[in-house]
Amino acid sequence: MLALVSPALLVILALIVLPVGWLAWQSIYHDGFTLENYRRVFTEDIYWRSFALTFEISLAVTVIALLLGYPVAYLANSVPKGWSILILSLVVLPFWTSVLVRAYAWLALLQRTGVINQLLRYLDVISEPLALVHNTFGTVVATVHILLPFMVLPLYATMQKIPGDLMQAGASLGASPSLTFFRVFLPLSLPGVLAGCTMVFVLCLGFYITPELLGGGRTVMVSMLVSRNVELYNQFGAASAVAVVLLLSVLAIFFVVSRFISLDRVLGQK
Amino acid sequence: MTMKRNLRLGCVLLGAVGLTTAADAAEQITFVSQGGAYQQAQTVAILDPSAKKLGITINQDSIPDAWPAIKTQVGSGKPIWDVVDTPTGYCLRGGEQGLIEKLDFSKIPNAAAMPEAYRSPYSVSYEFYSSVLAYSQKTFPKDAPNSWADFWDVKKFPGRRALRNHPIATLEAALMADGVAPDKLYPLDVDRAFKKLEEIKPNITVWWTSGAQSAQLLNDGEVDMEMAWNGRVSAVAKEGAKVGFTYNQGILQSTSLCILKGAPNLDTAVKFLNEAVDPVHQANLPLQIDYGPGNPKAFETNVIKPERAAQLPSEPVNAAKQALMSYAWWSSPAGEAAEKRWASFMQK
Repeated sequence: MLALVSPALLVILALIVLPVGWLAWQSIYHDGFTLENYRRVFTEDIYWRSFALTFEISLAVTVIALLLGYPVAYLANSVPKGWSILILSLVVLPFWTSVLVRAYAWLALLQRTGVINQLLRYLDVISEPLALVHNTFGTVVATVHILLPFMVLPLYATMQKIPGDLMQAGASLGASPSLTFFRVFLPLSLPGVLAGCTMVFVLCLGFYITPELLGGGRTVMVSMLVSRNVELYNQFGAASAVAVVLLLSVLAIFFVVSRFISLDRVLGQK
Repeated sequence: MTMKRNLRLGCVLLGAVGLTTAADAAEQITFVSQGGAYQQAQTVAILDPSAKKLGITINQDSIPDAWPAIKTQVGSGKPIWDVVDTPTGYCLRGGEQGLIEKLDFSKIPNAAAMPEAYRSPYSVSYEFYSSVLAYSQKTFPKDAPNSWADFWDVKKFPGRRALRNHPIATLEAALMADGVAPDKLYPLDVDRAFKKLEEIKPNITVWWTSGAQSAQLLNDGEVDMEMAWNGRVSAVAKEGAKVGFTYNQGILQSTSLCILKGAPNLDTAVKFLNEAVDPVHQANLPLQIDYGPGNPKAFETNVIKPERAAQLPSEPVNAAKQALMSYAWWSSPAGEAAEKRWASFMQK
């Protein structure tokens, strides 16, 4: 058995374990053992600010993506097959466009002379252009758009597995459509909600290009701290420490979530 | 990649025609710059002529930010690059950290003849650019902002503003806005500069991080005035955007050539360094792109026409209106502390 899986283990060792180990090692070793990098991460307020902002943005993005994604997945699940394929393709299509291109597209839509501001001015809704981008708002909008498929797909996968009979059974017992939804469908779709939220939240924690381009320089997320550490402190160790702290937070999140649902049930084939 | 291949091909062809001897063809260096239109321009103006004159092969590589790579390459003990064209501060900082070779100026007569302020023990100025005040001519058809004090004056010049998300040149601009004369900037009064920046901070719409972004902001009308690099502004203006800029109180900056410590082709690299700052090659550069020569003697070669010279940041009259950036100060402990302080300034 071990002989059969050893090539796969070697690949995992070479591509995942060694690089991550090297990353962690750099954060504690620089001309000798040091905790200086971690001291900086935990004491300097710019790190706290960045981590707090990153978690805030990730939370906002997750909630908005859920509110937008749930109805879409529900619709895709309840219409005939042909229509659901169309809906899912519309969700996935932008997914195949580069993140960079989509960030610039949002810039073209949201900036002062962008489509939305010009339309609103043309319709006389506003007299001065709104500040829709180069701030946290623009960052959140674009990030939600980019991460939406990661919410819709696990939701859809979970909803597919909910037997339609259960809703009929609920209806036959006299429950209204909304009551069957809230008492039967919604609880059964919760694993999908949790899986989708986890995916979106965790992916958002590591976002770089979008806040860099649409945040106006003030929206400094953790990934940007990593790059700035290399540029400003010229220390890969400091950058590694930030990366390690972020990685550990992600692992902690996965650990907590896995106490509630088995992740592979939703993300895997079964 | 293609550029590299073309260059090699070019050299092979040259060799075949018999312009260079077979023995010389063995001499080569790897030269690294920042890519794009800029590297293309210097290939035509400086690299190809130098290779031809010295009979060497110049392999090219490009990287937007060379510093991490310099550190890793020299740190590994086996650098693969020889000469790097990079912001002067990196040459100085690298020199202090033992990553950059100390130069023997007796072997680089072209550089030895350059002004003291344009070179350091580890580097020679290669080309000049300027951080200037640029503005939209649509917003300011006349009475455009003409100084950093104007940039800070949000009452007299209302409009959206952008600055670079970096302390270098930005602190200088803040001090000039606060009344410090361009030639009295160093050592920078960092506290005073940050205090002045706090004043303008609420009026800054974007803190840009790349030159392309700064050009786009001005071109799209996202901001009405900003600090930008002169070449970026003139490129946008050439494409028809109604934008202008002033050299008044610009911050004159340079990239320099320096040689990696333990470079594989050290002797050839030194020879190349001398050739690269030759006044005639240097004078060729502004014919290709809107950057000024690193060697001021280029203006005496008659290669650059007077009307062209007037547009360049390092032309003596333009240079006199500007502040010359002190990379020595920026790579000093005080400079590095100011750089670190920037991060917390941005996030508060």
